[in-house]
Amino acid sequence: MAAKKAGAKSRNPELIRGIGKYSRSKMYHKRGIWAIKAKHGGSLPRHEPKAAPPKPAAKPPKFYPADDVKTPIPNHRKPKPTKLRPSITPGTVLILLAGRFMGKRVVFLKQLPSGLLLVTGPFKINGVPLRRVNQAYVIGTSTKIDISGVDVEKFDDKYFTKEKKKKTKKSENEFFDARIEETKALPQEKKDDQKAVDTQLIKAIELVPDLKAYLGARFSLRAGMKPHELVF
Amino acid sequence: MPFKRYVEIGRVALVNYGKDYGRLVVIVDVVDQNRALVDAPDMVRGQMNFKRLSLTDIKIDIPRLPKKKSLIAAMEAADVKNKWENSSWGRKLIVQKRRAALNDFDRFKVMLARIKRGGAIQKELAKLKKQNAS
Repeated sequence: MAAKKAGAKSRNPELIRGIGKYSRSKMYHKRGIWAIKAKHGGSLPRHEPKAAPPKPAAKPPKFYPADDVKTPIPNHRKPKPTKLRPSITPGTVLILLAGRFMGKRVVFLKQLPSGLLLVTGPFKINGVPLRRVNQAYVIGTSTKIDISGVDVEKFDDKYFTKEKKKKTKKSENEFFDARIEETKALPQEKKDDQKAVDTQLIKAIELVPDLKAYLGARFSLRAGMKPHELVF
Repeated sequence: MPFKRYVEIGRVALVNYGKDYGRLVVIVDVVDQNRALVDAPDMVRGQMNFKRLSLTDIKIDIPRLPKKKSLIAAMEAADVKNKWENSSWGRKLIVQKRRAALNDFDRFKVMLARIKRGGAIQKELAKLKKQNAS
């Protein structure tokens, strides 16, 4: 069939799916096939098929596998970052539910491409550094802080990967000594990044009364608190 | 010992079970031994079992089965809303609602306020104890 031009509408309106308004003979007339035929001396114009470019000669393969090899089905799926809960927006105060900082209230900065949440204490207030956190282990509160003054563009998942340890052959004596030296100090660059993010945040936090103390305190359930009835 | 709150036409009651839980309604007619016809300004008039109603002290002056407009007028005249909100029962319910709606940050602020209040009370108490001892 000849290729359809983009934007070409059907001249035969649909009455019901599968049934057009006009019959074949009426459509022949509407499309003007009679006029095209008359212009080209009684028959529809035929074009010469375009000369196809010559295909390169394929060599017979050197190796034929003994059994049939299945070709894998192509997978074009591109994973998207985890869907962020609507209660979690940049600047929300989150409560961490698991891990070393269980119960701490932290400020949410942004969602990283891997889907994890970038979060900071701020470090001076509650000791939580710039850190990645899974959305599933977090409660989003309805308290929001203005983080428009904070620049978080430079942080992504690569920033948080562990550095690869270089393997060197050690003798037995060296093994025990080297172990003690393994604990690495935090590079100054990371400390500066933490400070840069936190100074802006702390300015915004100090504007709200009691917010600093709130972020410094841990969350816990007391007697009579029913989590399914609490409003966060 | 005798009953003080009677089921009568015009008695204001609180719904304590069901879809309309927590609503103030007026008893507008009695259907039979167990049910009443009940009405409120923002509700379609309907029947309710007495077991779903908790009678209050408030009573308004209406004839049997008043029209919606006259019911609303009678409620305004008797000032049901303000009487309810100033009664101790009504005030308790308002406080309960407010406490349930507290944010996590609000709960923290309340905790700080309670500690502060406790501190002030203890200070005064210490002062009074010293006065008494001397």
